[in-house]
Amino acid sequence: MAGLRDWHELPAGGAVQPAEAPRTSTGGWRTGERPAVELAFCVNCLLCWLYCPDSAVLLDDETFTGFDLDFCKGCGICAEVCPVAAIEMVPE
Amino acid sequence: MSDVRLLTGGEAVAHAMRQIEPDVVPVYPITPQTPIIQTFAKLVADGQAHTEILNVESEHSAMSAAIGAALAGARTMTATSSQGLALMAEVVYIAASMRAPIVMAVGNRALSGPINIHCDHSDAMLVRDSGVIQLFAESAQEAYDLTVLAPRLAEHPQVLLPVLVCQDGFTITHSAEPVTLLPDDTVRGFVGSYGIPHAALDAARPTTQGPFAMPDYYYEFRRQQAAAIESAGAIFDELARELALLSGRELAALEKYRLGAATTAIVALGSTAGTVKDAVDELRADGIRAGLLRVVSFRPFPAAAVAQALRLVDSVVVLDRADSPGGAPPLRAEIAAALYGSRRELQGGVYGLGGRDLHPTDIRALFAGATPPYIGVRGETCPA
Repeated sequence: MAGLRDWHELPAGGAVQPAEAPRTSTGGWRTGERPAVELAFCVNCLLCWLYCPDSAVLLDDETFTGFDLDFCKGCGICAEVCPVAAIEMVPE
Repeated sequence: MSDVRLLTGGEAVAHAMRQIEPDVVPVYPITPQTPIIQTFAKLVADGQAHTEILNVESEHSAMSAAIGAALAGARTMTATSSQGLALMAEVVYIAASMRAPIVMAVGNRALSGPINIHCDHSDAMLVRDSGVIQLFAESAQEAYDLTVLAPRLAEHPQVLLPVLVCQDGFTITHSAEPVTLLPDDTVRGFVGSYGIPHAALDAARPTTQGPFAMPDYYYEFRRQQAAAIESAGAIFDELARELALLSGRELAALEKYRLGAATTAIVALGSTAGTVKDAVDELRADGIRAGLLRVVSFRPFPAAAVAQALRLVDSVVVLDRADSPGGAPPLRAEIAAALYGSRRELQGGVYGLGGRDLHPTDIRALFAGATPPYIGVRGETCPA
């Protein structure tokens, strides 16, 4: 298991620091659908960012830029809450 | 001027808690622990300690809240017994694995069934393998001293584990004896302020606590937890010496009572050791070379020191106040492992389940001959 840390290198009890989690890609599985956005319609309300349970909505400072598919599970909440229907779930 | 008071074990521990003044105490009442939290709650209500007591709905919740509080950055204590510890057991494992330095008083009581409220050690032994530190007091005084020591041991950066200070239900929790309290300032100076490496509510350094671990990491976390409790033995010894200098009372992971020139030694935990000491004194007066080894620190178990302490005796009799039906009871299993290859004669028996008394005459009989597997139960015949 190359690249994994030894037991004495781990934080006590697994208290994970910020920026450690991205080392692990958790988007290896998805429902079979992923969000697609039409940026021309986006009003940057950031509801998708608020609701996303997997922090898969990417921002540039405070501006919506798209999705991080390493974390997205394809749940579709972003498409559901988008008030202008700029997000659509599409088959993989 | 020493502060000597007539206190039960429960009250003595409540006074240790008053002096330690934990930030948070989530707790649910259960006999025979109740006098601990009842006394402490009164002290808090009287303004003698500033602690947030959380009256939770169960012991499962008590330990869950204790983990949250301890990892948020608050010094946290709780207390339980018997079925409460059994209900809490799932979360006790999690507290140890999350390295939450919670101090918990345990008033040892039998587990159901039949339902019973009196002393044995089945409750503590239920969480033997959870990774928590387990200390067994012989008296109210020692329960007080161990409770004062416990936060330092729990919070030591190499340890970071829950510490259970076990005292025998009723025999210690409800029996009054003269207890010498340290001055409040001395206790506060000894325990110091609370600090853990990764407090969850440190907004400048946010953390995720208690993450999921797959087969690629679970085993490493368990190994790390084992290393933490292994290191706790030497740290306990250092703290016990430091506290003994302040209190003038001996405190150690093992007590060796008249083991010099002893040919037979009894090994026991908790208040029973007091009865054994009386029997040993009587036997010594009769010219019989009896001795006692009392184990205070059951987890971590000081195996090397046990082997050293028992190296000159011919035979060892281990008394277990908990059974492991179908296998070796817990203390005997530890002693057998510690003495493996030493050719000491090893016997042992279960005694005192559900509060059954162990009389000095029973103990004298153990030194005189063979030990039945169940001591003091009706219908047992000694395999003499």
